[in-house]
Amino acid sequence: MELLKAEHITKSYDSRIIIRDINIHLDEGELVSLLGLSGSGKTTLFQAISGLTRPDTGKITLAGRDITGEPGHMSYMLQKDLLLEHKKVIDNVSLPLVIRGIKKNEARKQAQPYFEKFGLEGTEYKYPSQLSGGMRQRAALLRTYLCNCPAALLDEPFSALDMITKGQMHTWYLDMISKIQLSTLLITHDIEEAILLSDRIYIMTGKPGEVHHEIFIDRPRDERSDFNLDPEFLQYKHQIMDILGQ
Amino acid sequence: MKRKPESIRNKLLPVGTFILILLIWWGISVSGLIPSYMLPSPVSVGEAFIKDFSNLITHALVSVQEAIYGLIIGVLLAFIIATLMDRFETLEKALLPILVVTQTIPTIAIAPLLVLWMGFGMAPKITLVVVTTFFPIAVGLLDGYKSVDPDEISLMRSMRANRLQIFWHVKLPAALPYFFSGLRVSASYAVVGAVISEWLGGFDGLGVYMTRVRKAYAFDKMFAVIILIIIVSLLLMAAVDLIKSLMMPWTKQTRKE
Repeated sequence: MELLKAEHITKSYDSRIIIRDINIHLDEGELVSLLGLSGSGKTTLFQAISGLTRPDTGKITLAGRDITGEPGHMSYMLQKDLLLEHKKVIDNVSLPLVIRGIKKNEARKQAQPYFEKFGLEGTEYKYPSQLSGGMRQRAALLRTYLCNCPAALLDEPFSALDMITKGQMHTWYLDMISKIQLSTLLITHDIEEAILLSDRIYIMTGKPGEVHHEIFIDRPRDERSDFNLDPEFLQYKHQIMDILGQ
Repeated sequence: MKRKPESIRNKLLPVGTFILILLIWWGISVSGLIPSYMLPSPVSVGEAFIKDFSNLITHALVSVQEAIYGLIIGVLLAFIIATLMDRFETLEKALLPILVVTQTIPTIAIAPLLVLWMGFGMAPKITLVVVTTFFPIAVGLLDGYKSVDPDEISLMRSMRANRLQIFWHVKLPAALPYFFSGLRVSASYAVVGAVISEWLGGFDGLGVYMTRVRKAYAFDKMFAVIILIIIVSLLLMAAVDLIKSLMMPWTKQTRKE
């Protein structure tokens, strides 16, 4: 079922068009990547879809409802984990519940069971500054998940991590996704990350940014652990690099 | 393991310097280069401090009271005004230059006016403390509110947080470190502010007492008062640090993983 749909999105700043006539959609339970080089307008599209800015033209619908320019319908996660340093990890992840009016203790109780699932057990009552970069991103994803929004937007969530941690996070994330059904739009400039994690990839090219290419990754999610060592993986990579190199 | 001796050395160094200064002071006064009625020796200052102790404390309590009342009012006022200025940009534009100008007014110049307007009681002293302590706290808070990462506010908005929730969960905690460094500066100003305004008239307080012993040429007692002012200011700053560590427990934790 089509969950999120962005139609004919155009946005310009200071009379310079950043993205033009973008049409993408996200089905329920799907993980779709939006792949583009730096400066291709990915973040502009992200802001338009999340409702933080209103596109010049076009429409965003979530489960059939027009949400153009309205924040608060989708959860999102950035490269910066944006954990609040003054709150313990459990209070950080349960913040969306508290904002909705749930009492702090009740919110903690609701968040607690997810710590094990997300590989965060034992960190509940630590402060974010006591966690490593990878663990912080896990906590940020748990907070995103507890927003309990129908769709999540991830804007280069792993790009600040070192190579090894990033690899671990990808494995962890694939494992996570099989446990939680989170419909996700992942914005990334990392070709391998896009192939490894996505069901489908949109490629953003040109200036202003436009989406003309869509690639389906056929490998089932539970067979992805060594996917990046597979010849098929390289074929996808080739295909994408050709498109980006145009 | 190397850390501990180093931290001890770091503490010993200033103590050593302090003792050295005392020794030089003592040497000068013993040598007779400067007559003892002008520069009393540290020993006679120490004696005056002990002999005069109960008297000093009575006066100190008054000054401390003025300083603390002034600080509390200054903090409340700074909090209200800084928060409003952060909320309404027009207000910030209108007030900030004026705040900066008020900061350049020499306290010592307005103190006599305050006494003239408010009499010899506590009111002019507290007012002067408010005037001196308000600015560092207000500016600290204002900077603190602005230090918030705009992405954090966007994230809160994406969770549909209202303005008050954003203030409570994000802005206020981000401003706390700035607030406390402002408060620390203000706490040291507060005692000095109270003492200066007491010079110009009043019935009790370290400033009043200072004027009295100065007129009697009891310079050893005067030095004793100065030392007490230093001690009181340091205690007040230590109290601020204590409140800070209680209110900001997360700053004590260090990275472990």
